[in-house]
Amino acid sequence: MTHIVKPQFRHPRLATNSQGLTRRDYEGVISTLCAGCGHDSVTAAIVEACFELELPAHRVAKMSGIGCSSKTTNYFLNHSHGFNTVHGRMPSVATGANLANRDLTYLGVSGDGDTASIGMGQFVHAVRRRVNMLYICENNGTYGLTKGQFSATNDRASKNRKGLDTPFDSIDLCNMAIELGAGFVARSFSGDKAQLVPLIKAGIRYKGFALIDVISPCVTFNNHATSTKSYEYVRDHNHMIGRVDLVPAAEEIEADYAPGTATDVTLHDGSQMRFAKLDETYDPTDRETALPALERYRNRGEVATGLLYLDAREADLHDLIGTPEQPLNEISEAELCPGSGPLASINAAHR
Amino acid sequence: MSPDPMFNEFVLKFGTVNGSGSASANFLCAKVLFRMGLPVSAKNIFPSNIQGLPTWYEIRVSEAGHMARRAGIDVMVAMNPASYLRDAAEVVPGGTLIYDSTLQRRFDRTDIQVIGIPIARICAEHWTDTRQRQLFKNMIYVGALITLLGLEDSVVEQLIAEQFKSKPKLIEPNMKALHLGRDYARDQIEARPSVRARHSDKTTGKIIMTGNEAAGLGALYAGATVATWYPITPSTSLVENFERHAVKLRRTADGKHNAAVVQAEDELAAIGMAIGASWNGARAFTATSGPGISLMAEFIGLAYFAEIPLVLFDIQRGGPSTGMPTRTQQSDILTCAYASHGDTLHILLLPADPHECFTMSVDAFDLADRYQTPIFVMSDLDIGMNDWVIDELTWDDARRPDRGKVLDAAALEQVEFARYRDVDGDGIPYRTLPGTHPTKGAYFTRGTSHTDTGGYTEDGRLHGQMLQRIKEKIDGSAEHLPAPVIDIRDPDARLAIVNFGSTDPAVREGLEELDREGHVMNHMRLRAFPFAKSVKDFAADHDYLFVIEQNRDSQMRHLLLAEAEIPATKLIAIPNIDGMPLTAAFVREFVLQALRRLPGYGETERIVAE
Repeated sequence: MTHIVKPQFRHPRLATNSQGLTRRDYEGVISTLCAGCGHDSVTAAIVEACFELELPAHRVAKMSGIGCSSKTTNYFLNHSHGFNTVHGRMPSVATGANLANRDLTYLGVSGDGDTASIGMGQFVHAVRRRVNMLYICENNGTYGLTKGQFSATNDRASKNRKGLDTPFDSIDLCNMAIELGAGFVARSFSGDKAQLVPLIKAGIRYKGFALIDVISPCVTFNNHATSTKSYEYVRDHNHMIGRVDLVPAAEEIEADYAPGTATDVTLHDGSQMRFAKLDETYDPTDRETALPALERYRNRGEVATGLLYLDAREADLHDLIGTPEQPLNEISEAELCPGSGPLASINAAHR
Repeated sequence: MSPDPMFNEFVLKFGTVNGSGSASANFLCAKVLFRMGLPVSAKNIFPSNIQGLPTWYEIRVSEAGHMARRAGIDVMVAMNPASYLRDAAEVVPGGTLIYDSTLQRRFDRTDIQVIGIPIARICAEHWTDTRQRQLFKNMIYVGALITLLGLEDSVVEQLIAEQFKSKPKLIEPNMKALHLGRDYARDQIEARPSVRARHSDKTTGKIIMTGNEAAGLGALYAGATVATWYPITPSTSLVENFERHAVKLRRTADGKHNAAVVQAEDELAAIGMAIGASWNGARAFTATSGPGISLMAEFIGLAYFAEIPLVLFDIQRGGPSTGMPTRTQQSDILTCAYASHGDTLHILLLPADPHECFTMSVDAFDLADRYQTPIFVMSDLDIGMNDWVIDELTWDDARRPDRGKVLDAAALEQVEFARYRDVDGDGIPYRTLPGTHPTKGAYFTRGTSHTDTGGYTEDGRLHGQMLQRIKEKIDGSAEHLPAPVIDIRDPDARLAIVNFGSTDPAVREGLEELDREGHVMNHMRLRAFPFAKSVKDFAADHDYLFVIEQNRDSQMRHLLLAEAEIPATKLIAIPNIDGMPLTAAFVREFVLQALRRLPGYGETERIVAE
């Protein structure tokens, strides 16, 4: 099956943002995923988030690995460069791309096989290096493209279509990312656009490594009654612990929360992120209490969603290794080549 | 008194304990001889170990300029009782063995001269600290070599002063140790080795440098800004040298420097980062050795198929598997030429010394950008980690990097962009960098089969066209790569030696020896793959080619067979797999051996056609 380009026809009065772009301008080619796939909802949420953020689409680099989820970078932001790398290795390619040009926005899309199995090593180290990117894991607990094998995020209690279960415990990417030092960790559900869009917007604006683990059901292989990654299960067990809104730098925050329940955080670019606690007992800025709290939700079989952890001290890889402000790929040849003079000194030091 | 010594042609070897501080003393000796105007070739023969195992350092001095390793040691400084016996066995008859005679020792060789210096005792008499007693032993034997071998005092002292410039407190005790050794040998030892060094003028315009430093400098001069790597012997010092020089030479006004060096979690990530950075328009590279190449294979295929520039240094060591990590080999040739699954073919550059590591490193970045493909710089442990005497590095300030076919925003306004379309008929498409233009030039980079605009396709015809075009692109590079070095020693000679890389000093010396014995042969040193037409022409002009290489299966011979279509009967394999830098004696012996088996070429026959 070759790819299908979307028709360019659009309604003449579609809303435009400050970039002069419509929502359609943030779309990509037509999805070839199964009808009803959670991933297509995530794609739609990304389109909405980028439109609302008024991103210049060509300044976004879309990075992905291999798998159903990784295909989706073709389904949004047609005016962005995309890179479908090799299985599980998107984090390293994104790291390198980011090293070369720190001024672009890096949006990585991966899946649970790509992230939690073959790519675990790279994922872990991208988190640890605080690569400035939003990493979305479209998590469905199964290997879709190879027809339904268990992935490492499949819960032990969750059976496959044939009624078999896995002998192994699942990996919780959010808990792991928090432990490893990710500054922005969220979980969401592909069926909850109202929650997902603001999270994506905030994750893009966050400077450092931002993870959104999106439970994104696989309608073909893992949406049955005994699955914990099905639409029905997630709707029934979704425990939203925090709501996030992102307000651009220039705008006023509208007070629509009860006093004492909302916290405002100013991000590095000046925009305000406001998050509201929906669970009084949970503090997403405190790693020490957040981790055991998440463990409790998990043990109860609940899917804790929303912003799970935020470190407001934003810092990224470039800050840590001290590269210059100017993107490395823009530095002139003259500045990069030391020339014959210093080479004479080097020769002299080797006599 | 000893008879008159032979000057400036000898091999000096040190047998020491790894981690005892001997490495810097040994390198000091090499540098002293170099500054005395003598070409030296220094080979560090070291174990995969940090402390305790035996290690050796060989210095061949040759005023005549023979820089290959040579077996047969003229002067052995044996400082490691654990290797005494094998060290003594390596000394040529009439040669000299110097050892620490604090504990007297008998060596069952009557045909060599044994000189005992009570080095540990001298140290014990002059220092109380155990570490100092250990360290200064090294400088004592250097001092003894002033007397015994003719190292010049003033040169040694000057080098010590330079070496400890940042730690001046260490100069005085090192000088003291040096003088203790020198004076003991002068006053207490009558014997003198049969070889000796004296001042000459053969190193004017030369420097002494390792290939890894030169390659790192080449990357710096080429404008590389992203270096991503995973530590592995013997490639480690390449990126370390890049970083060390970058910190000094790429300093920005705010005290940062224009380079990002990232030590990755493994080789997969190292190459992934380099690919990401290259894709995004930076000049990026990684450096590794055989095991790393194996790990990087999948990514190499991606860079090949998605046409992403990439520079990859392979500092080859003994394989397969972990093999001999501290020994040299040329055994990654086939693996790199065809790295990754599916149909691939890669450009290899084959430096023969550190000087070429510098020039080919610079070339590699231009070639990577020009051909949008991985470029392998195939160095090895011998070139990479040993100090070689080479011509000074030079730089043409008028040189500008060739960044290849990259469309900027203005150019995109003028053309209809299709990432993988062969617009110019040379198989090389145009690329764009992310972030260039709001509406033009974006494309999807993928390892899946793609149309000329980058869209996914399962159309077998399009897939075939894509693979063919990439093949044509790589084939088209052949005449633009470093040309083979061809030495026609006799226009009528029907025999020739073909080699590449670090075996060159041994091959050239071996050719001279064969000449003297009446076997005049021509010589071609390969410098790149795919092969230029001149390689095929050279083969056509000769009856037999002895292909000398350091791997078991004669991998370069395979490439010459398969890719230059040189008849198998013409290509005589001469493999070497002992992990040591090649010697002229090996070249001579095995070429003669092969020659005897060739129809029409007897041992005593002259090999020049009538």
